[in-house]
Amino acid sequence: MSVVVSKLTKAFGEQKAVNNISFEAKPGEIVGFLGPNGAGKSTTMKITTGYLSPTEGTVQVCGADVTENSMDVRKNIGYLPEHNPLYLDMYIKEYLRFIGSLHGLKGKKLKQRIEDMVELCGLQREQHKKIGAISKGYRQRVGLAQSLIHDPPVLILDEPTSGLDPNQIVEIREVIRNIGQDKTVIFSTHIMQEVQAMCNRVIIINLGQLVADGDVDSLKAMQNQANVFITEFKEDIDTQLVADLEGVTNVEALGDHKYKVYANKEVDVRPTMFELAKTHSWTLVGLQQQENTLEDVFQNLTK
Amino acid sequence: MLTVFTKELRSFLSSLIAYIVIVVFLTGIGLFMWVFPSTNVLDYGYADLESLFTLAPYVFMFLIPAITMRTFAEEKKTGTMELLFTRPLTDWDIILGKYLSSLVLVILALVPTLVYYFSIYQLGIQPGNIDTPGTMGSYVGLILLGAVFTAIGLLASVLTESQIVSFIVALFLCFIFFEGFGYLANIRDSSDFSYYIVQFGISHHYETIRRGLIDSRNLMYFFSVIAMMLLTTKLILGSRKW
Repeated sequence: MSVVVSKLTKAFGEQKAVNNISFEAKPGEIVGFLGPNGAGKSTTMKITTGYLSPTEGTVQVCGADVTENSMDVRKNIGYLPEHNPLYLDMYIKEYLRFIGSLHGLKGKKLKQRIEDMVELCGLQREQHKKIGAISKGYRQRVGLAQSLIHDPPVLILDEPTSGLDPNQIVEIREVIRNIGQDKTVIFSTHIMQEVQAMCNRVIIINLGQLVADGDVDSLKAMQNQANVFITEFKEDIDTQLVADLEGVTNVEALGDHKYKVYANKEVDVRPTMFELAKTHSWTLVGLQQQENTLEDVFQNLTK
Repeated sequence: MLTVFTKELRSFLSSLIAYIVIVVFLTGIGLFMWVFPSTNVLDYGYADLESLFTLAPYVFMFLIPAITMRTFAEEKKTGTMELLFTRPLTDWDIILGKYLSSLVLVILALVPTLVYYFSIYQLGIQPGNIDTPGTMGSYVGLILLGAVFTAIGLLASVLTESQIVSFIVALFLCFIFFEGFGYLANIRDSSDFSYYIVQFGISHHYETIRRGLIDSRNLMYFFSVIAMMLLTTKLILGSRKW
């Protein structure tokens, strides 16, 4: 396990920003860290990187404790803070050289790493500019490049895709997915599709507490109480007949000849529905199983 | 520490700050020393650098806070502090890196005044008729004074996110430390304490060193004030973890 968070609590005065959170992450895992604003995502990340210290509980990164062995932890972590702070008056390469040498890289090795990072993060076109002169998307790439320069086993990214345009988001995701194959990546985001696209694991926290931890599918399944179907006809139908079908618990008319059919979890009513329509000569124009999206899961858990 | 030091020095030298500081310092001091009637050496008639060493502390009082005001305040404001704090650097690496780079800039501003020394050296009725030990002592004193002001400036910068606030606080503290204690001792001249109160001020120790007599007591004073300021800075930086 490269990141072990156990019983972590952080209090700012009376208010508990993080309340008794425990989770673990292992190499090769990309963990999506979800939660509404102010849920404690950033605080947890700041404690993991050693910027803040925990009020209670411990965090271990690659076997080193963040309070006792802060230096070892910092060596093993690549961190992209929220809002991606940068020295705007530095040149991109100058900045990468600075961060690289803070991590003890020097000479040829450092030069090689800088070249690699420029290439990996797609900075070639802008590499001779000052950070202050490049666009937000490129700054985000510089932020990502600096977090990767010392090839850390653990990567912590606080909202790495915020403020990027759709193309840039896709590119950054690609970079993260590639480097995530042999590293532990924990990243926070507000975008659900991103989690679905990238993560093998999701952790949702709300008001400082952990409310869900699992892979995307199991989270969706957990929330699935019933199968819901939307059916659409060309004419009005007798809802009673539908309600009498096996496994159907409720039928709701939505207007416009549309009906919402609730069925037991394990029952798929689509075939019987079609048969029913056939026998009564109803013109069935739509029949769709409603999928529980991650948005629903998120909203249910963090209401 | 070296990395932070180099980075800070580079950012001084690649922005206008360094050059403005040096130019303003030299122009100001140069005007007082050679041009303005009441203070210039030529009219004064004695071959010494008196005006340089009396005026420099006051110029430093404004310039050094201007150098140091951005050190921490700016990084706190832009959030780059978090970046430094999450790298394998101790707080001391950061503080000393920033401190030494600012101090080097102060010394850089002082180096060209050696030309003044050379000029006066040549201008004496007999060339070389100048109190060299006194002058060198004064340089040491001035550098130590600059070192104290720099430490004060660093502390003022770590207190706030606003560079203006940092500048004003540093200016005020420099003044108090340089002259304030002296004035305080004067409130009641006959008081038993005034002898001790004077010794809290920089100017007492600065004047002593300027005679060319570098006494360990004076050195101790300068080093303790610097240490005290830097320790407080460290304490405040560490307070994020409380």
